[in-house]
Amino acid sequence: MQRIVIDVLGDLGGAVIDGLGRLGRAALFFGRVLGVSHRVLRRFGQVTREMRASGVRSVLIIVVSGLFVGMVLAVQGHDVLQRFGASDSLGVLVALSLVRELGPVVTALLFAGRAGSAIAAEIGLMRATDQLSAMEMMAVDPVARIVGPRFYGAVFSMPLLAAMFSVLGVFGAWLIGVRLIGIDAGSFWSQMQATVDFRHDVLNGLLKSVVFGVAVGLIAVFEGFHAAPTAGGVSSATTRTVVISSLAVLFLDFVMTTWMFRG
Amino acid sequence: MSIDPDTLIDLDGVAFGHGRTLLFDGVDLRIKRGQVVAVIGSSGVGKTTLLRLIGGQITAKAGSVRVAGVSVGRLDRKGLYALRRRMGMLFQQGALFTDLSVFDNVAFPYRENTDLPESMIRTLVLLKLETVGLRGAASVMPSQLSGGMARRVALARAIALDPMLMMYDEPFTGLDPISLGMVGRLIRRINDAFGMTSIIVTHDLNESLLIADRVILLADRRVYADMTPAELRTATDPFVRQFVDGAFEGPVPFHQPAPPLAEDLFDRAAHRH
Amino acid sequence: MDVQGLTVQRSKIDVLVGLFVAAGLLAAVFLALKVGNLAGFDTEGGYRLEARFDNIGGLKARAPVKSAGVVVGRVESIALDRETYEARVLLQIFPEHRFSKDTIASILTSGLLGEQYVSLEAGGDSAYLASGDRIAKTQSAMILEKLIGQFLFSKASEPNAGGSK
Repeated sequence: MQRIVIDVLGDLGGAVIDGLGRLGRAALFFGRVLGVSHRVLRRFGQVTREMRASGVRSVLIIVVSGLFVGMVLAVQGHDVLQRFGASDSLGVLVALSLVRELGPVVTALLFAGRAGSAIAAEIGLMRATDQLSAMEMMAVDPVARIVGPRFYGAVFSMPLLAAMFSVLGVFGAWLIGVRLIGIDAGSFWSQMQATVDFRHDVLNGLLKSVVFGVAVGLIAVFEGFHAAPTAGGVSSATTRTVVISSLAVLFLDFVMTTWMFRG
Repeated sequence: MSIDPDTLIDLDGVAFGHGRTLLFDGVDLRIKRGQVVAVIGSSGVGKTTLLRLIGGQITAKAGSVRVAGVSVGRLDRKGLYALRRRMGMLFQQGALFTDLSVFDNVAFPYRENTDLPESMIRTLVLLKLETVGLRGAASVMPSQLSGGMARRVALARAIALDPMLMMYDEPFTGLDPISLGMVGRLIRRINDAFGMTSIIVTHDLNESLLIADRVILLADRRVYADMTPAELRTATDPFVRQFVDGAFEGPVPFHQPAPPLAEDLFDRAAHRH
Repeated sequence: MDVQGLTVQRSKIDVLVGLFVAAGLLAAVFLALKVGNLAGFDTEGGYRLEARFDNIGGLKARAPVKSAGVVVGRVESIALDRETYEARVLLQIFPEHRFSKDTIASILTSGLLGEQYVSLEAGGDSAYLASGDRIAKTQSAMILEKLIGQFLFSKASEPNAGGSK
């Protein structure tokens, strides 16, 4: 019995120490990535390539998801609002939900699954097949050449994708609310415009998605870069990327929401 | 500190290891310019580690590693990269960039390390590909190449900047006899044509005997033997003989050192209840 | 041929990414103008008025300021005066609107359950409020509990209140 307790405590302590060590290494790695920013951004063609790989190829899933989330919000929101005779506020409800929360968060979660995992797998595989070592031996820093462009590709893509998600969501809500249910188009838009504030809601939402872009991008390149050079190592790097970035996005969202929308 | 200008590589009392176990302990090795040196030894003896020490990817725990008179372990990042521009390394599986074509793979070192115009890069790349006989495959993606061809493309990429030192990590592994002979001949020819120095880490004793000037046998955490191919063929040392003859029985044990089997089994069983 | 092949491929990537960025920016502009109505609420411009209320009810910062139902500004900040225990409400008014000195500020609710806003009723004074001025006449928010309390109290004080049941 005593032994079991010691075992459990030992496992717990080991996990915590392991986790803290990882966090520290991730922070150092973040510093390294930021340190080569000027070199990465000067050769923007590299970043453009990665934006196509992660951003452009995520457009379809973002657009479709945004549309459906918006339509579902409209159906559910209308169901609740009409009990209070407030169907006209549907636009407000949908727009605020999307712009403040669902746009940035769902986009980040989808992006982690669609692009983050791919980035981690790609870099992990390059590690496993010595491509990163080969690059180092050619006097080329893989952090500047491989990691940096992918990181910035994610950072730049995320807010653009989140904006698309929100717009398609509003469009979906308009389709259901105005075209199907028959809410007055005028009050749908005017109430939305009267309530949604550019700086407080729209800009804060975009700021959130930039932070999520940094988080997901960093986790993906970190996990890929430090993957064990085996098939198992690459697969666990991919899984970890999706799991850790999803948790990080939700946690950061909570922190930022309490900070931004407390009032 | 390097006295002899002919010496390109100078390892002096090098120790290296992970944690408490030492992989190397007192490795001394001098390699003259222009030579092709084969490094052989059992798996896991640290042949690749030797290359990584010379390339500065890892640092020795004790002793010094000097390349062209420069102590590799003391260099900062900038100095190390400057030195690496004069080194080439061929990795075990070639390590070609899978998302770039053969042409772009060979062009990579030029585009990253020089300011040459694209037209000149094109000429240089085609020349290097011609050297390894693969100019016709310039537009192919690496995934479409056979193992031997990928190895040759990687070779063209490694010699792109005309390095003074080429390091080969198991260049013969997984090649059919024809490709193997071709790569071997190529290594020797490139070494002599461009006035390089080459280190080949390999299991393939036969091929290294054909192309190397010297053969170095790593064992017991140090350089166990350092001789010419002719000396190696007639060596009498039982350990060296086992290597040359590929015998099962000999000083190199089949078993890793371990406690007696029965004790181990019983002990494990006792732990797990 | 390879070099050319590369440039063709590169420019195709550029076009795709360009389209992607354009679509993303367009979406952001749409959010700003159509959803957020950036043009209507330029919080940078305008001038500031102060109003004091005994009770602001559920009024929040960024609530609209309306005159005759038209949005003319926003509530900038709300604070409690430490000496008078009144609520100090700062209003950001769009520059194109001017209000007379005897304007009355009151806190109203849009609809039964809607959000609360500040209503400005212009008076007849020919002098106008300038930036930093204080609105003298204010009317606090109606608090439902107080209203009900008052109603019951006045009912109870009526002479024949108890007899009907």
